Amino acid sequence: MAFITNSQGGSKNETKGGPGALVLLPFTFVGRTVIDWVDNLGAATIFLFTALTKTFGRKQLFKIVEQIYYIGAKSITIIMLVSLFTGMVLGLQSYHALVKFGAQGALGSLVSLSLIMELGPVLTAIMITARAGSAITAEIGIQRISEQIDALHTMRINPLRYLVSPKIIAAIISFPLLTAVFDLVGIIGGYISGVVLLGVNAGVYLHSIQAYVDLRDIINGFIKVIVFAVIVSTVCCYQGYFAHMRKDSHGAQAVGLATTSAVVLSCVLILVSDYVVTSLLI
Amino acid sequence: MHTPLIEFKDVTKRFGNRTVLERVNLQIYEGQVTTIIGLSGAGKSLILKHIIGLIQPDEGAIFFRGKPIAGMKKTEIATSFAQMSYMFQGNALFDSLTVYDNIALPLRETTNLKKAEIDRRVMARIEQTELTEAAHRYPSELSGGMQKRAALARALITDPQIVLFDEPTSGQDPVRKNAILSMIAQYQRKFNFTAILVSHEIPDVYFISNRILALYDRRIVFQGTPEELENFDHPFTDEVINSMEALQKELTGLYSKRQFKIFNHVQMRRSKSGEFYCIVFFSLQELNTIITKFGHDAAQDVLRDMGLYIDKHFGAIGGFSTRRDTNELITMLPYANLSEAESIIKDFVHDFHGQVTRTIQAAACKSVLGEPTELTIMAGIAQGQSTSNIDAVIALAKSQQKEIGRLHCAAGE
Repeated sequence: MAFITNSQGGSKNETKGGPGALVLLPFTFVGRTVIDWVDNLGAATIFLFTALTKTFGRKQLFKIVEQIYYIGAKSITIIMLVSLFTGMVLGLQSYHALVKFGAQGALGSLVSLSLIMELGPVLTAIMITARAGSAITAEIGIQRISEQIDALHTMRINPLRYLVSPKIIAAIISFPLLTAVFDLVGIIGGYISGVVLLGVNAGVYLHSIQAYVDLRDIINGFIKVIVFAVIVSTVCCYQGYFAHMRKDSHGAQAVGLATTSAVVLSCVLILVSDYVVTSLLI
Repeated sequence: MHTPLIEFKDVTKRFGNRTVLERVNLQIYEGQVTTIIGLSGAGKSLILKHIIGLIQPDEGAIFFRGKPIAGMKKTEIATSFAQMSYMFQGNALFDSLTVYDNIALPLRETTNLKKAEIDRRVMARIEQTELTEAAHRYPSELSGGMQKRAALARALITDPQIVLFDEPTSGQDPVRKNAILSMIAQYQRKFNFTAILVSHEIPDVYFISNRILALYDRRIVFQGTPEELENFDHPFTDEVINSMEALQKELTGLYSKRQFKIFNHVQMRRSKSGEFYCIVFFSLQELNTIITKFGHDAAQDVLRDMGLYIDKHFGAIGGFSTRRDTNELITMLPYANLSEAESIIKDFVHDFHGQVTRTIQAAACKSVLGEPTELTIMAGIAQGQSTSNIDAVIALAKSQQKEIGRLHCAAGE
């Protein structure tokens, strides 16, 4: 990048070295990083929309079902485990906070609303990113560096249709279902710690849920998790698909770094988009 | 000459500051086997990737049947590329799919064929490539040779008109290398596709190639027949062909045709004017039957054993030999006249009927099932003088061949 300020014939060499360039170095770095970000964002958006246009085609349904099994069904155990303890901890913490105000009767609504509106979508998305997202990036990355994706091109099989589109659609279907499981098991966890262990009345716990949880809260939770599903699946597929174009590494190392980037970036984007979506929905 | 199937005009490709191909011009003709040779990293695979559209040139144009690909409509490009198939150097098999599923993939994804028809076609290819036992195994469970054959089967499953082979024999032992080349040649004749190979297997690849393209210093420096390449006077010959030939006589242990010519030339210069020499011409008849019945490996085993034996027998008395064609070997006996050569051949045949027949028979008759088959070994001798044309002497020796051995293969032998 050249920084030519003298249009009257200043030498280019003056701008390449010297203290001037040193001062501009941080700006250059920030500028390049921002350009790279915008570039990648644009590319990932095109990637997503191109993949979505390939959703409907022959034999796609079978691949989508296969991916739902892989992303969704195989994640149920870990989701249930995490959600049970999340609900139990939430019940335990909330109970001790509510007791101070004599409001332990609101435990059910507090636990359920926290889970449905916030913790359920976010933790589900993060857990799936860790379990299935990383695997998706590694799988596509290895297929890329071992020329399997090039092989698909040569066989006239569209790689986006064959590899990416089913994963994105499966994520959009699986994430809300898993969130529903997370919410339900989390509420049961809250029930165990609040009612079974701490002695809150069972009827009060359940009634509080029925009274304060609105259908709109549930829908908002699902809207959030669908946004997360699109983000996570796109980021993970994109990172794997373009693992060979990384400037910082090559081969197996590039796949490893792509997987790390996919998980970190997905988690950050989940939290950022959580704030944005929440502010729009409230 | 008719319009080339594929033509490069001044194609240049750069990666950053590095120019890999510079103003490359080449022609590939329909129905032929064209082999691109050159040093590792010279950009041979890149030419194949340009042909199949995985990479676009920075400058220049690629023509398909006389039409520039850059000027074609999307549907025309799709139709053109649909005729092609590509066998990757690293096989590019899907490691999460079995061999059967890998081979079936193009049919499942790009055709509307019924399951039964796909199964029939896939099983036929699996049998042709001798992968029946490996059909339901994963690529990681196969040997390198089996993976190559699986990749070959997948490349041929759609009956393509043009098949690109990127170093199909890399990482294989000499027998397997020649078996794969022989398989490609056989399929090319059978299905009449245009084959474009990238290979290091000099001189073995000459036996199956109609045309050779030599890539050297970022450009195509030679296009022509393997015979024309033998007379090609260019640094490419010294730097590339000589170094590769030195490594490539592993199968038969014999000299390459070019080395044979050089030896012959040296001998002729040393010998006095009018001095005699003899050419012995050997051929293995019904080698194709061996290939059909017992596979390419068995055929290459026979050739290897035959070559090793000829080299051992005649090398000890100053003779030198080369493989002339897939099933033809020639030996030169310098300073020997016809009667001496006949006596040497008599000894050779005697030994041959003893120990050697059993060795070759064992190689040829591996896993005999079904009907018995025979392999005939012929030999012919012709005498030449230092002043005479060696090609004419070879032709004379070929025309005078007689049977010197017959191997009988039958179940239980």
